[in-house]
Parts: sequence; structure tokens; C-alpha cells
Amino acid sequence: MSKQSIRHVYGACLTELGRKYPQLMVLDADLKESTQSIQFERVFPDRYIECGIAEQNMLCVAAGLALVGKIPVVHSFAAFIAMRACEQVRTSIAYPGLNVKIVGTHAGVTAGSAGTTHHALEDIAIMRAMAGMTVFVPGDARELEQVIAAAFVINGPVYIRLGAIDYEDVYRDSDQFISGRATLLRPGNDVTIMTTGHLMHAGVVAADILKDQHGISARVLQMASIKPLDHAAIVAAVRETAGIVTVEDHNILGGLGGAVCEAACAAGGARVERIGVKDGFCGVGSCAFLLQQQKVTVDSIVLAVLDICCQKRG
Amino acid sequence: MDQQRIGELVRVSARVRQLIVEVLICAGCGHPGGAFSSVDLMVGLYFHALRIDPKRPSAPDRDLFVLSKGHSSVGLYTVLHARGFLDEKTLMTFRQDGSALGGHPIKDKVPGIEVSTGSLGHGFSVAAGMALGIKKDGQAKRVFVMVGDGECQEGSVWEAAMFAAHYKLDNLVAIVDRNRIQIDGFTEDILALEPMVDKWEAFGWAVRRINGHSMTEIVAAMDALPLGKGRPSVIIADTVKGKGVSFMENNPAWHGGGISGANIEIARADTYWPGDKGV
Repeated sequence: MSKQSIRHVYGACLTELGRKYPQLMVLDADLKESTQSIQFERVFPDRYIECGIAEQNMLCVAAGLALVGKIPVVHSFAAFIAMRACEQVRTSIAYPGLNVKIVGTHAGVTAGSAGTTHHALEDIAIMRAMAGMTVFVPGDARELEQVIAAAFVINGPVYIRLGAIDYEDVYRDSDQFISGRATLLRPGNDVTIMTTGHLMHAGVVAADILKDQHGISARVLQMASIKPLDHAAIVAAVRETAGIVTVEDHNILGGLGGAVCEAACAAGGARVERIGVKDGFCGVGSCAFLLQQQKVTVDSIVLAVLDICCQKRG
Repeated sequence: MDQQRIGELVRVSARVRQLIVEVLICAGCGHPGGAFSSVDLMVGLYFHALRIDPKRPSAPDRDLFVLSKGHSSVGLYTVLHARGFLDEKTLMTFRQDGSALGGHPIKDKVPGIEVSTGSLGHGFSVAAGMALGIKKDGQAKRVFVMVGDGECQEGSVWEAAMFAAHYKLDNLVAIVDRNRIQIDGFTEDILALEPMVDKWEAFGWAVRRINGHSMTEIVAAMDALPLGKGRPSVIIADTVKGKGVSFMENNPAWHGGGISGANIEIARADTYWPGDKGV
């Protein structure tokens, strides 16, 4: 397996789509190197709008562009685009259902030592609570390419969440992202591990350890499509396995864990262990250090699965 | 501009004021103050400046209007009715259960509403985005946006003001309804806005300040657009909140409210137009 800077892959994808969609326009708020929207600017300078450090205006400008037939793609750090400009997204983009793509980078704790101001532990919860908003959280370069392609097929607002780190390759040739569908990465019938974003890799590694060292078959589902959510996959997990472990680089409130709990309850209830940031702010350190500190690790996933299996047997 | 034409526009304004009174009696609630302060400006826009056709509300070459101060929707709906976009039956459903005419305008519910507004500051930025997109496409149409004076306390208004000047959006026209009153009182007591002309000029806009109740000045300003080459235009219109209804004029209590009881006859009498037989 190898790693790839998800933002650089993203910038290349976006530029490619710029050739396919002449109406596509790209906006950024003084972060074009960080978000890699700069790749698009180099090829299509006339379709690139630098908005300066003014996120609220940027989101409404995007709405205006969409209203006159453009397909705007707006960029900033997830913490700023989902929170500073939250009400602009909700009222001027989601409410009228405008065809605006919103890309938040440096999500979760991937901004690392930049600290809490630059972490986004709430953006999935915020975006998925907006009616009409689609939320995609890709987990590797290949999934990202498919997510971006799917986002442009949707004639409406889409939030795409990216990290600032290199993402491990996980997708095999046969794996496919479909909006509203979980991607089955490992079949299994004992416990279900549901991941989103870059923690897809941790989920697969944990499943392999569980199989090799403990003889447990864990089903791994990558939930890059947070909204629409794959309810059928959750119902099946509730019925066919002893419990669900969710894994995300986000607060456990309102993100993947919250979404899965809502669906699992509606399906009659299941044991759901949520691995993520436990309703706190993270301090200073590398992404790996902070995830370790928050116990968002392969070990934590393995232990959570073992715990579910143990209690089920008891 | 001949006096005949000005007379026609003044007459339309009077009729719109009468109709707003009737709508507010029927609805029992609304935002009368800012609707009455902007009536003459709205009539100047819809009956003189805007290149629009009620028979082709989605015509690709139409000018676009955004009511960023969405709370004065009753004024917009009534002008749209007077201009032929909206029938009277629909107009009278304002704020009723299930109506297409909300307290704040809703896009696509009735013809002629380009943007859903109501959250202050948004419409102005949206208008800037529209103007940019239109300019990129090399189209001649213009974008007009009406901004409340209190709305200019929103920081994002000044983000958009910088943005529009930076991108030389000379196809964008802002009209500030300077009625000097916001919900909690007088703007200069709450969060002072003056000097407005200096502020807009400093942000790179071409500015003209007019009496927003003089149809002659309104028409002259709109005929002079764009006010500057390569710059967005702003018309700062000094107005009177509640203009035309005696008990509302310059009274912060009439930012919001309906017309009922003894006020009905006063409002009807106040909006009576000489030589007119009523609505």
C-alpha cells in the first residue's frame, strides 16, 4: 500500500472536471495552496475567483453564480467553511437547493499542530443536519475520484470533507463508491465496523488483525456517503452481526456514529460503539498523536469488537 | 424626463401604498415601515429602470433584482402585482397559512422573485455573485439589489462591497434604503452608520445620494447608471420609515406589525390620492 496527499489528488481531479464542465467555477478564501484549488487556477485562471479572507461573502457569491447557471466549487478549511459561513450555506445554498459544491479541507484533527482553531470536529454534524445537503467523506485517492465524479452528477449542494494528511490507499479495483451506498471492504458476520474518511484504512487493518489473530470475521463498511446514508446496510448489520463499531475523525456526537445510532435504533436497536473524539477539543500535536490521544486507533477498534463479541457470548 | 412620466410613476406609488395598506389589514402582520420607506424606489425600479417583462419572467436577458432587505417583502409583492407579475388574489394571501408569499421572499414560489432573502447581508453577496457570473458570460443585463441601512451593520455587507469593487462589477447597482430606523430604534443610536457616502466611496463604489421620495431624483439616478466606469454603483436613498402612513412615519415601533382597529381608517385616509377613487 502507498499513501497519497488527498488534497493534491483532489486538485488534479477538480482540474480534470474543469475540462468536462465549462460552467464550473472555483472559489477560494486565501487558501489556494492549502486546499490545492491552485491547480485549477493554473489551468483556468478566468474561471477562478479569489475571494480573500471573507468566507461568508464567498458562500453567497457562489449562490449568486449558481443562480446564473454556473457550477461553483468553494474551498476553505472545514472549520471555516462549515462554521464561519454556516448560515450562508444553510439559507442561501441548501434552502434554495443550489448547485454549489462545498469542499472543506483540514477536517477532523488532520490540521494537527495548528491546534483547535483549525480542527473541524463538528462539520459532518452541521452539514448533515441541513435539509437537501449531500455529505461525502472519502477515504482514499480512488474513492475521492469517484466521490467527486458523483458530486457533479447531483444537481444540488454537496459537502465534500477532506483531510490535510496523506491517505493510505485502500480501494481495490473492484471497490466502488455509489452515493447512498456503503462500500463493503471486508465481508464478515460477527461484528460490523463502519468507517468514514481516512479512518477507512484503520478499519480494514483492524478487521485483518481480528481475523488473523482472533478468528473473528468483521464486516467492514466504508460510509463515505454520510448523507444519503445507506440505511439498508445498517439494517443488515443490526440483523446479521452482534454489533456495530463506528470510526471517525469527528466528534462522536452527530457525525457517523450519531447517524448510525439513529438508523440502528429505527431498525430495532443494536449495540453501537462509537470511536471518535469524545465531545472534547484536541490540543496540539500531529494528527497521529491526537488520534492516539483520543483513542481513535486500530487497537481501539479491535478492542471494541472483542468487547462486543465477549458480551454477546455472555 | 417629462412631467407626464414622473406623474405616472408617482400615481403608481400612491396606488402601491394603498394596496400595501389593504394587504397589511388582511394579513394582520408584516413589516410596514421598511416597505413604505422603499415604495417610491421600488416603483422607480419596476416601472422605469428594470428591463423586465411580466409576460416573460424568466427571460434570459432580463435584469435581476434582489431584495436583500427581505423583510420588506410586502412592498415587493405589491409592486410585482402592480407590474403584472402577480394576481390580486395571490397578493392577498400574504403570510396566510400555506401561502407562497412569506414574510420574507421565497424564490420560485411566484414569478419575479429571483432569490430567497430575509437573512440580512446574504442577498447583497448573492447579487454580487450574479453580477460576476453575468460579467464572465459577457452579458449586458444588470443586477439591482436593495439593501437596508440597518443591514449595513452586517460585516458580510462590507466583504461584498470590497468584492464587488475588486472585481469591477459595474453591472451591479445597490440601493440603500436609508430610513434611519431599525427594530430596536434609530440606527445612529444603535450602531452608527454615517458617514455613509464616505464609507461606500472608500470601498470603491460610485455613489449618489438622493431623496428616496422624490421620483424625479430616483429616475435621474437610475438613468445615470452606471454611476462610474469600472465601479459598482450605489444609490443611497434618504427615506422616511413608514412613509405615507401618519402614525408609522419615523416611528421605530412600526418596523413590524399589522394594521387593525382604528388604524385602518387612518391608514386608508393617509394613503388617499387626490383625484383617486380608491383602490
